Parts: sequence; structure tokens; C-alpha cells
Amino acid sequence: MVAPGKRRPGHSRRAQYNTFYNYLLAVGGLGIGVLLLVVSLGDTAAFAGARATANGAVAPVGQAAAGVRSEGQTWLGTIGAFFTRGSRVAKLENEVAEARVRLAEQAALKDENNRLKTMLGLIESDGKPVAVARLIGSTSSSTRRFATISAGSRQGVRAGMAVRSPRGLVGRVLEVGDTTSRVLLITDSESNVPVRRASDGLQAYATGLGDGTVRIRLAATGTNPLRPGDAIVTSGSGGLYRPNEAVAVVVSLLPDGAVARPLSDPGMTEFVTVEPVYDEVSATAAQTTSVKP
Amino acid sequence: MPLPLAEPLTDTLRDFGKPRINRGPSPALAIATPWLLVMLGSLTPTWPIIASAPLVPPLGFLLLVAWQQLRPGLFPVWAGLPLGLFDDLYSGQPFGSAVLLWSVAMIGLDVLEVRFPWRGVTLNWLAASGIFTLYLVLAAQLADLSGGNSSLVRLIPQIVLSILAYPLAAVLVGGADRFRLVPIRKL
Repeated sequence: MVAPGKRRPGHSRRAQYNTFYNYLLAVGGLGIGVLLLVVSLGDTAAFAGARATANGAVAPVGQAAAGVRSEGQTWLGTIGAFFTRGSRVAKLENEVAEARVRLAEQAALKDENNRLKTMLGLIESDGKPVAVARLIGSTSSSTRRFATISAGSRQGVRAGMAVRSPRGLVGRVLEVGDTTSRVLLITDSESNVPVRRASDGLQAYATGLGDGTVRIRLAATGTNPLRPGDAIVTSGSGGLYRPNEAVAVVVSLLPDGAVARPLSDPGMTEFVTVEPVYDEVSATAAQTTSVKP
Repeated sequence: MPLPLAEPLTDTLRDFGKPRINRGPSPALAIATPWLLVMLGSLTPTWPIIASAPLVPPLGFLLLVAWQQLRPGLFPVWAGLPLGLFDDLYSGQPFGSAVLLWSVAMIGLDVLEVRFPWRGVTLNWLAASGIFTLYLVLAAQLADLSGGNSSLVRLIPQIVLSILAYPLAAVLVGGADRFRLVPIRKL
């Protein structure tokens, strides 16, 4: 439809100036945008406070929405499960068999770990979760993958803590507000998790691809011993993440690694636990290579 | 048992906006509705969708473009600055990305308005499709500046969804525009 000619408001000098200032302000807004971008790209935590306050303000909505999400998914899931139960049972049986093997491996590893730790006299955090929180939102239209959880500094959450769901690693805390925190998901392209293959400890890095999968880059190049179906767990290097937390399963191979699907789909998760930083000393050293929000 | 929906509405609810004589639209409603609707669209990150890939259309931006095409001149040209600031608080993009891109879009839509004062649905949709594609690609580039690393192929589903969602946004804006001008104020 045709608007009244706002650009030529007639002979009124006041109206003419008004139009002119409007355009001036519009171009000024553009300039402010560039300025804000430069500041936020330069300083990683520049607007963390504003974001935290804003997220805190809408947290109650997110809390309610999180409940709706989990309920809606159970409801839809029930219908879907009816049609796919045969293949799912077969798949689950496979998974249980795989899980049994992994459990045995883990028990052995835990045992070995305990012996080694007593030998070295290492002191670590006890691994009790700092907080249990709801996943109340995610940046669903940006290419960066952040989520908001309903626990903040009041619950004892600090930046750098690992966030996990019962199924596996979700991400780590990046910015902390009073009652909410922002989590960098492992599928973000800036997230880099030191991992290893569960079966033999093959070292690698899991970098997010931004589309819900992670890319496994091997620490040693040359051959690619990865196979689809390999389970990937955290290795604990760098001290941010506790070792042996489930991360992903390899789905397809690349020349120098693999694409893996994270085990903990944040969309299917309602509650997550925030875990203390595993090893403070090496984590502070690793923090120097910080992540830009 | 009668359904709760079948119960008669109360008189005040049924007569909402019905008497037209001696009534005018409320200025507060008329002015605030467009701004609030766009801000509500910017709050998509608090919706019950936790996406592991960028799929959800940037609803705030869709609604802003729809308002601007349906009611040109309702928003001042500088509306991209405050609305973009609000969007940046939630979107997860580097701060300032929406301020910049929304300001550019507002200026661009103004130019389009002057060039094509008479537009049909097709031209509106075509222009909006171009704007969304550009917006999403540029927003991804800006996110990459902050350390991300995304390939443009991954944006295609979101671009297609945004283009398909635009008529819905326009319908929503049309409804909000009618609601905005409901005559409820006694003159």
C-alpha cells in the first residue's frame, strides 16, 4: 500500500527537519551497530552483564517453556515410538550390548585411575554437581550455538564449569548471571573438547560444526583408525572436563577424522547438571585461550 | 457435559471493540503494538525449542520487515537501532550485529518504498526473500568473525524456512494491525 509521502512533508520547516533527523538517526544507528560489533568482537565479555540481565528477566517464561517442551516431546515420542518399536528394540539391544562392554571397560579404567591418582597424590574436586538446572532456551536462529540454563552465580555456577545431561556432555558455562547462565554447546563451531576413543584412548578433539554434529579431529594425523559407531568420551586434558564423560558416537568418516553425533541432544533434555571444574590448575592455564561469545 | 468453550462470553468480552460510534483507537495500543510484537519475535530463544542447528527463522526480523511492508512509515527509519539492541540481547549473535543489519534493512526498505510505492504480494514476498537471504548470510558472516566457522550450505534450510514463514508473519502482522486500531477509547 502507498504511504503518505513522508520524504517531502511540504513547506513546514519543522516537518522537513524532522524527516532529515530521522534519516540522520537511522544512519547513526548503523554506525552504532558497527561500533558495538567492534567492541564486542574485541572484548569477549563486553556485553555479558546486559545479556545476563536480559536472560534473567525472561527466565520464568523459559522455565515454563522447558516444561512444555519435555511434555510435548514425550507425547509426540509416544506416538512415534508406536510405529518404530521393532527397529528401536533391535537398536536398543545393540546399544545395551555395547554399553555392557563399555561399563566393564570403565570399571577397569576407574580402578586403574584410582591407583594412579593415589600414586601421584592428586587432589581433585569430588565431582558432586554444583547445581541442577533447567535448559531454558537456545539461540535457535543464530549460527552460534548457545543455551541458557536456569542457574547462576546464586546457585554457585562459575564460568568454565561443565554442563552435562544424564546422556552425556552438553557444553560449558560461558557467562554467568544472577539466576541464569549462558552455555556454549559442544556443537558450536567455537567449542573444542579434548576427547578420546572409549575403546583404546585414541586422542582427538571434538569441534562443533554448528549443525548439531561435531567433527572429530585426530591429534595424530596420518592414518584414520576411526570407524562408524565408535564411542567418543572426554579425555580430561586441559582440566575443564572430567575424563570419560560420554560425548558422541561416530557416524561418518572424513579423510582426517570423522563426523560424530552428540549423545546428549539438548532438544530432548530438560534438566542438566552443572559440574565443578575438574582440575583447577590446568583449567586456569587453559582458560587463557578463551572463547568469544 | 457442555464444553467449557461453549459457555457464553461475558458482555464486556463480547462487546470488545464492537461499539464504533463515539469510539476511537487507543493511542497507547496503536503505538505500542508494533514494537511489542517485534520484540516478542526477538524472544524466540526462550521458546520451547532447543535447536542443535540454526533452523528457526529470525522471527523478530521477519515481523519488522512485514510491518514495514504492510504499514510503511509506521516505524521510524531509525527503529533498527532500539529493536536491534533488544534482539542482540537474546540472539546469540555478536553484540551489535542486529543493530547494524536491522538499521541497514530499514534504510533499504525505505529506498524500496520510494522506488516501488505500489507493490503487490509477489513483489513484497520477492523483496522479503532477498532481504532474508542477505540477512542470514551476513549474520552468519558476522558470527564467524566472533570465532565461529559455519559453511553457507548449513544456512539453506533456515533461509527456505524464513521465506516460507514470511506470509505467515505478514498475516500475523495484519491481525495485529487490526487489533492495534480497535476502537476502545471513548471520545
